[in-house]
Amino acid sequence: MSGLEIRRLRVSFDGFTAVDGVDLDVRPGDLRFLIGPNGAGKTTLVDAVTGLVKAEGSVRFDGEELLGRSVHRIARSGIGRTFQTATVFEELTVLQNLDIAAGAGRSMWTMLRRRKDVPESVVRALETIGLTDLADSPAGTLAHGQKQWLEIGMLLVQDVRLLLLDEPVAGMSHDEREATGALLRRISEERTVVVIEHDMDFMRSFARSVSVLHAGRLLSEGTVAEVQADPKVQEVYLGHAAATEDATVVQEA
Amino acid sequence: MTVILGQTFTGISIGAVLLLIALGLSLTFGQMNVINMAHGEFIMAGAYTTYVLQKSISDAGMSLLVALPVAFLVSGALGALLEWLLIRRLYLRPLDTLLVTWGVSLMLQQLARDIFGAPNVQTRAPDWLTGNVTLIGGADPLTVANSRLFILGLAVAAVVALASTLRLTPLGRRIRAVVQNRDLAEVSGISTARVDRTAFFVGSGLAGIAGVALTLVGPIGPTMGTNVIIDAFLVIVVGGIGQLKGTVIVAFVLGVLQSVLEYSTTVSVAKVLVLVAIVAFLQWRPQGLYTLRTRSLV
Repeated sequence: MSGLEIRRLRVSFDGFTAVDGVDLDVRPGDLRFLIGPNGAGKTTLVDAVTGLVKAEGSVRFDGEELLGRSVHRIARSGIGRTFQTATVFEELTVLQNLDIAAGAGRSMWTMLRRRKDVPESVVRALETIGLTDLADSPAGTLAHGQKQWLEIGMLLVQDVRLLLLDEPVAGMSHDEREATGALLRRISEERTVVVIEHDMDFMRSFARSVSVLHAGRLLSEGTVAEVQADPKVQEVYLGHAAATEDATVVQEA
Repeated sequence: MTVILGQTFTGISIGAVLLLIALGLSLTFGQMNVINMAHGEFIMAGAYTTYVLQKSISDAGMSLLVALPVAFLVSGALGALLEWLLIRRLYLRPLDTLLVTWGVSLMLQQLARDIFGAPNVQTRAPDWLTGNVTLIGGADPLTVANSRLFILGLAVAAVVALASTLRLTPLGRRIRAVVQNRDLAEVSGISTARVDRTAFFVGSGLAGIAGVALTLVGPIGPTMGTNVIIDAFLVIVVGGIGQLKGTVIVAFVLGVLQSVLEYSTTVSVAKVLVLVAIVAFLQWRPQGLYTLRTRSLV
């Protein structure tokens, strides 16, 4: 079996259980959307997979157990993520951000040498995310949407096999959303992509499959149509969202 | 005229010493935000390293040059050890770090007393550092001690080395990345624990180099670290935390201020006036000389 396999994942903080026995399978080539109301445990689940919070249960990727490994080791085994608020190294340039991500596994001794040439993978990532012209600008000066693309670019140069994206289109304009969606679709052809999203239109346009979390548990799973037809989902989530269909962007606090 | 130039140069050389003692802190305190009260004792370790080396290498000039890299390694190793044993467990707990490293500082001072004795010791300056250089000849000559010029050169070299390491090498980039966003660095596959230790090694090693320089201008003693550590922190805070540029400028400005005030008043009054000036400056700019501006939300 390959891809992401999560079994009986449990995360609790001081008695509060944020993720309560979730099983989740994502195959390579999938573009899985993880949705659910605020506090459903979506971000915590991603935190657990990437090692930022302690969890019980089992998380395997391509057969390797991830739980218990340190954060950077998980990252080096091909798992990358973005954060809910666009998170880049603000003071470094766009190019340096990508360079760091590309060379994270290098040893300390090779790092005192200055390298003038830009690695091929970095050049390609710059083109893919459309930031070639801004390569030498400090990442802190980018617009919000550009930072979110830079985050994705950083994952591409790491050559991750699993991307966990936390609200990648939050705050983007309609055109930017379409561009991001198309980019994700392309990326997901050869990698496993999991997207946390509140934007239902975006989900309907681009999701290949959907998992719905509610109160730390998995509520429903399937294609967009199947999930939308599920009465349980309609009750806790889509039914509520349907009432405010126009206000589709729900920001998580 | 010569008096002004002379005082200015004395100030610059005081500034060079300040810069050397503050430079390592600009990495460990300025970049990593660790308040390491034992930094002064790493300076002391560098000074005693020079002393010990001079016992085994009779040529004073040779022993001084050998002392520079050795002191860097000795103090760097002490720093890395301290980071590994204590500080890495105390990140984001500044008050605990302050108390713990202060305790370490007292222990290291006592250790120095046990090994080398309580009285101060001296090193011999090599012949090529004992003379003076005459910068302006004539009836009213301006002369500068060779050792002062050497320290100035050393300070400049250390700043250039640190700045280019941080700016140009992947290691420096990685240090800056970890400083800016620990979680993001970690999920990008960087071992932040290793970067922390390396940065601490370099910062503490620079303290060792400062220790070597201090042997040229004063005695070596168990309390020499305590005498300089406050000045070092002041330079960093006034310069703007995490800003190497600010550290360099402030070190020289404070040096010249100290020297000029010393000339027109006394040493103690000058010290008081410099501190008053710092307090006043920080009222006006609490964030220090330079600060960072980004569009970051946090």
